[in-house]
Parts: sequence; C-alpha cells; structure tokens
Amino acid sequence: MQFIKPGTKIDFIGKRRIAFTFSTMMIIATIVLLVWRGGPNYGVDFSGGVLIQVKLPQKISPSGIKKALRPVQLEDSIIQEFGEHGQSEYLIRIRKTNVELAGLSDRVEQALDTAFGKGVDMRRVEMVGPKVGKDLRQKALFAIFYALLFIAIYISGRFELKWLMAIIMAISLAFVVYITSTFGVSVTWLILIALVVTIGLCWFLNLKYALGAIIALIHDVAITVGIFALTDREISLSIIAALLTIVGYSLNDTIIVFDRIRENLRRFRRKPFEQTMNASINETLSRTILTSTTTLVVVLALFVLGGGVIHDFAFALLVGIGVGTYSSIFVASPILLLWEGKSGKRTNGK
Amino acid sequence: MSKSLGWRGIIALFAILAAVVYLVPSLSSGIPGWWSSLLPKDKIRLGLDLQGGMHLVLEVQASKAVETHLERVVEELKRDLRKDRVRYLEMNRGGLDGIEITLMRPGDKEVFLDMVAAGYPDFSVESMPDKEGKPAFQLVLNPKAKIRIMKMAVDQALETIRNRIDQFGVSEPDIRPQENSRLLIQLPGVKDPKRAIALIGKTALLEFKLVDEEHSVEEALKGKIPPGDEILYQVSIDPKSGRQKKIPYLLKKRTALTGEYITDARVQIDSRYNEPYVSLSFDARGARLFEQVTGQNIKKRLAIVLDNKVNSAPVIQDKISGGKAQITGRYAMDEARDLAIVLRAGALPAPVKIIEERTVGPSLGKDSIEKGFKSMLIGGAIVILFMAIYYGLSGVIADFALILNILFIMAGLAFFSATLTLPGIAGIILTIGMSVDANVLIFERIREELRLGKTPRASIDGGYSKALVTILDAQVTTLIAALVLFQFGTGPIRGFAVTLSIGILASLFTAIFVTRIIFDYLYTQRNMKRISI
Repeated sequence: MQFIKPGTKIDFIGKRRIAFTFSTMMIIATIVLLVWRGGPNYGVDFSGGVLIQVKLPQKISPSGIKKALRPVQLEDSIIQEFGEHGQSEYLIRIRKTNVELAGLSDRVEQALDTAFGKGVDMRRVEMVGPKVGKDLRQKALFAIFYALLFIAIYISGRFELKWLMAIIMAISLAFVVYITSTFGVSVTWLILIALVVTIGLCWFLNLKYALGAIIALIHDVAITVGIFALTDREISLSIIAALLTIVGYSLNDTIIVFDRIRENLRRFRRKPFEQTMNASINETLSRTILTSTTTLVVVLALFVLGGGVIHDFAFALLVGIGVGTYSSIFVASPILLLWEGKSGKRTNGK
Repeated sequence: MSKSLGWRGIIALFAILAAVVYLVPSLSSGIPGWWSSLLPKDKIRLGLDLQGGMHLVLEVQASKAVETHLERVVEELKRDLRKDRVRYLEMNRGGLDGIEITLMRPGDKEVFLDMVAAGYPDFSVESMPDKEGKPAFQLVLNPKAKIRIMKMAVDQALETIRNRIDQFGVSEPDIRPQENSRLLIQLPGVKDPKRAIALIGKTALLEFKLVDEEHSVEEALKGKIPPGDEILYQVSIDPKSGRQKKIPYLLKKRTALTGEYITDARVQIDSRYNEPYVSLSFDARGARLFEQVTGQNIKKRLAIVLDNKVNSAPVIQDKISGGKAQITGRYAMDEARDLAIVLRAGALPAPVKIIEERTVGPSLGKDSIEKGFKSMLIGGAIVILFMAIYYGLSGVIADFALILNILFIMAGLAFFSATLTLPGIAGIILTIGMSVDANVLIFERIREELRLGKTPRASIDGGYSKALVTILDAQVTTLIAALVLFQFGTGPIRGFAVTLSIGILASLFTAIFVTRIIFDYLYTQRNMKRISI
C-alpha cells in the first residue's frame, strides 16, 4: 500500500512565499494575543494559587458553586466544568495570592459540604505558594533554554560536521547569557536574548541547517503557545513537558528532511538547489506523513480517552506535532535558501 | 552471516528473557519465595498521581531557629555575667545578627571581653559608641555559625517529621531535603490528608508557664503588660454554636519547663468522663525541674502552652514528683493520638510552612490508570493494524518490534525502579506512535532500493544501512529534550522523561536490531524471494 506514489513531484519550495506569509501571520497573531492578554495564561503551577478538582453529588451550575463559596470569601474563584458531561465534576481555581493558601482547600470542602450535603469528593488539590510558583517558572524557562542550547550544539556539530563552530557558538552563547544575567534581567528576557543571539550566531557562522531547524522549532512552539492562548488553556508544568517534546519531535522531522537534502546534494551536484530540495522533501514525504499519522493517532486516542487530567497535555502534543510536520516541510527547508541570497552563489552540501 | 545471525538471535532472546524476568514481580501478585531470593523483586512503582497520595513541600523557617538560638544565648550570657559580677544596663537580641549589650561600669570591659572570647566562639565583638559613658557592644553571630544553625534546624525538622510520619503509619513515605531550607515529603496512599498535614505542620512546642497571679489580665489587655509577662489565649470551640471562644491569660514569659524532656506520651482514657487525654513522662532532669516548679508554686496556676496557645491552666495542688503530667482537653480520639505522636517525636526546631501541596484522591488515580491504559490499547491497536495493512508482512514484523518495545519500557521501569506516572503513560503512548518511525524510515528505504531493481537481500542491506544514520540523528534530539526534562522536572514530569528516554533507547534496539534478525532469517536463511513490504 502506498499513499504517496514514487516520483511524486509537488513543488513545495515554490510555495514557500505563501507558507512564509502564513507562518509569519500566525506568529504575529500569537505575539499580539500574548501581549493583549498580558503574557501567557499561567496555571497554578506557575502563578501560585489553589486548584481543586471536586466531584459533587449532583449537577450544579458554576454560579451555584460560587454562591456556596461566598461564606468563605472565595466567591470570585474561577469555576469550570471538568471531564465528561454528566460527571458533575468541577475545577475550582483560586488565584488569590494575598490569602494564606495552606488550609484553603479545607475551607472550600467545608463550604461545599454545608451547601450540597454529603458526597463531596475532593479528587485533586494542588496548592502552590507564590514563591514556589516563581521558582517553577524559572526552572521551566531554564529547561527550555538548555534544551535549545544542547540541540543547537548537536545540530551544528553533528549535522554540519562543524563541532568547532558548535563549541564556539556554545561558548559565546553562554558568555552572552552570563553577561546579561549579571545585569539581573528576567529569565524571559534572557531566553529571548539567547534566541536572538543563537539565530545571529548561526547566521554569521554559516550554520544554515542549525538555523533552519531552530527557526522551525521556535515556530512550532510559538504557534502551540498561541493556540493555547486562543483556546484559553493554561500553561502548566506538564504543558512545558509537552512543549519540550514538541521541540524534540519537530527536530526529528526536520532532521530527516535535512539528511535527505544533504545526501541528494552529493548525488546531484549539478541540479539547482531548489530542485534538489524539492526532490528530497518529496522522497521523504511518505515517511513524514506515515510517522505523523501514527503519532497523531495515538495522541488523538490520548486526547479523546485519556481523561481530564491529561487532556491539555494531549492537546498540546496534537497541535505541536501537526505544526511540526508542516514546519519541517514548509519552514525549515526554505530557510536554507536564504543563503542563496546571502552569498549569491549555489550552496554546497558540505 | 548465518553464524552472526545465531548470535544476534541469542542476544535478542536473552534481552527479552531478562525483560520478562524483571516484569514478573509487577504482574503477578504472589511470587514464590525462591524467586525473590534469586531474581529481581522490585515492582514498578506508581506515582502519586496514579495511586493517590500527597506531595508536600515545606519551608522550614530556619531564621526562627536563629532567633531562638540567640534568645537562649541571651539567657546564658545573663547567667554568666551574674556569675562574674558584671552588671549590665540592657541586653537584647538585635534581629538575626546578634546581641546588643550595654554594660553599667566601664571597668568591666576587660572581663566581659575575656568572657565572650572564651565562652562564645560563635560571636565576634564589635564596640559600639558609648551610651552616656557606658560601654556598648554588639555580639555579631558569625555567618558560618548562622548557616550551621539554620542547616541544623532543617536536619532536625526532617528527622522529627520522619519520626512523626513513621508513627502515623504511612507505607513508603519519601522525605528529603531540598535547597533553600525546604523539605519534600511524599506520602503515597495517605487516607486523610488533612490529618497528615496537621500532624506534619504542627511545631508542637510544649511549654509550661506560670500564670501571673499578682497582676490582672484586664489591666494587661488595656496595654499595660507588666515586664516579663505576656498574654496568651486559650482557644476553644463551643460545640453548640460552633463559635470560637478566646480566653486571655497573663503568663510569665519565662518558661518553667519545655517538652524537650518528654520521654513518652500516650493516649489514655479518663474513666470519669470517658474522654481521651495524653499522659506525659519526663526524664530525670525534667522530673526534677517539674518537682521544683510545682513545689515552689503550690496553689498557683501552671499553664500548659502548646504552640503559643494555652491548653489549660490547672491549679497546682501539691508538689508533683515522679515526672508525670497530663494534658486534658476535649479531644477526639484521633486528635489525642496525633498529639501524643507529635509530643513523643518532639518539637520542630522552627515552625514550618507548607508552600506546595498536591493531593490526589485514590479514586482519581484509579480513573487515570484505567483511562491511560484504555487510550494506550486503542491507540496501539490502530497503529498495529495500520502498519500491517500498509507494509504487509514487514508491517507485522514492525508490530512485533513495537510490542517488544512496550515490554522493554515496562521492564526498564522495574529495572531502574523508576516511577510510572500519568504523564509517564502518555510517554509510553507517544513512544508507540514514534517508535514505528525507525521502521518506517527503514521500510521506505527498502522500497526505494527495490524500485531501483535490487534483490531483496541487497535492498534490505541498503535500506538498513542508509536509514541507520538518519534514525540515530533523529532520535538523539528527542533524547536530548527528554534528558533536559528529567533534569528540571519533578514527580510526574520526571516519569514522562523516563518513559520517553527508555522508549527511545528500546525502540532503537527493537526497530534496528531485532527486526533485522527477522528479516535476515526470512530472506537469507529461508530464502524468501519476494519482500512483502
């Protein structure tokens, strides 16, 4: 059985302007959305607060639950129906950071008990103090930063056989980050600076594959975060794990296309770069679609059947793997063409 | 070729056998005795999110321990000064840095300095500007000593809490120190989280303080607290109205006796009211102190203060010798039991604050396991079916590799005694989707080779060798992401990183090594002429 006939010649590279426009618009939309919302919608893991998953004896409207919480001054909590319908399960989010968080869940339980009688089941309580939230935020951002750093080193080293360049890049990146961190900038800015520096270094050191891969993965993560903001989902610890997995997956896809481009460049030295790239993408298309399909199938199973706790995690993977597949075809490879304009001559594989 | 095939087959079989051996304890409930003496018996551990339980992060307020230490030093210093007949105008704890002291006579300066140098090595003396001709000093606590005190407070808190939890009865609790004076506590399967928190978080500082009978509480409440006194409250809840009642007491600040001399605390039942109370036994020194205090203050009241709340203030009827005391109150049986536990385990050296709490009820954990495995089965079945349809016999071989892969992940979890969490199950599911990737890459290459008109054997050789580098390159990036995750993550996230990493490694083994054996067997040994791919 075959989905993609051998000898398929779809002109992916020729459509790069459309793809670039589309991707740029998506990323701008993400940025606008994030700025408008005042940053990503952090979950209790990062913002601090209390999250309670509770099963009530009967179905009650969110406003009814709010009313029940009034005696303990928690009526401005965010109430959300959770899980499958008819389960009468709810999420209660308390974002206050000015109250003592310890013991808050007891008060909620008491209030719900008095309002709805016996049968209130506190299924999950997550209380994160503001200090811990801040620590976790820092840790998560550093994790993303290190993942990025190691991957950049790995790609430029392993892929372009420029280990020396990779080490120079790593050292200069570490140096820049060290200098900026002494000025006491926040980790968010640190990562943005590190990203810009990485991209700049890749450009000046001629690490074009690394540049393509890194831009593709920034693209994937940014769009996933954007869609999270759009659908009003929260960024929690497990979502960070999902984002890092997306980084890994997106690279996986990109590398396979790049590998083929490198191989074909050696084989067809005379063909224009554009044609070689198109041929490579087409040759790997069958694999790209197959692997994405099997991965999406299992993640979809997790999304539909996995239950509420893992729902957002599966959603992030679903979006990220979808976008990752798209970007490895339409974003990562065309970046290599930028060098055509830069050096004005044909780029060689080595 | 056939010889190496045999060897490779043996390696693969051996790996599979080892995996099965490691999995047996997790799958069967009763393993025979000879097994556990010879072979691995570790089960796959379930994370708190799957079996239910509590994850707590406490912050030991270690600066409070420094305060207490300084205050104790102030008392010691006063005693030493009295002994050396050095008179002082005032002596106070100055924040967390040290002690401020003003002497009465300039002539005592030398004696004072010698005394501090000999008896208080943790402090350095700094001269302050004289106060009206009287020499003033500041004893500064060395930063090193301060850190030592804080560290000791954390260590002690850890020990005390471990003691309490052991007596409370939780199977396999995990208690470990973390940076910034924090303690991580994991209590799997704890039934009553509220009670556990109360038990762990209670400072349990028991003090006996005399009631100041010469001054009135009313006057003191108006703001005229006599020097050396303090007001503490007895808090009780009226069982009828459910309202809090607060009764003020005027107490001597000086502690007559503390709970540190307790050797035992037990719950007993009062035969008259059928109410539980806690009986205390003191060690020899405590008993002597108790006898002294009670002997000197007959007909006065002695307040029992627990964590700065007055528990009761009975009148001393007679000198109490023998070192026994009782704490009564309207306790429920559980409350009395927990109070006995905390008094036996001792007070925390400093109060603790709960800064993170995650509790998962056992019903939710069970739900999560069920749903996780359901999605794994259904997702896996679709992938297996899909591969078999798309690649025919080769697809079936890849499916075999996939199933082996899951076996290896599970065995790997048991081998590393890693913890399976809900994101961990998600990691396995993701691996199912991604691990076929290696085989897809190989099969696509084999198809290409076949299209070029090569023989099956040559195509298989070419397919594997060409795909190998790509597979390694591609998987390493995911592995990097997983390793970073492992480094940064806690609990559930770590579980995800572990299953993902094991899954990647296992998939390299099964998809490249094991499937190759089968292909080689079919197309060289059995000489099959057509590849079903």
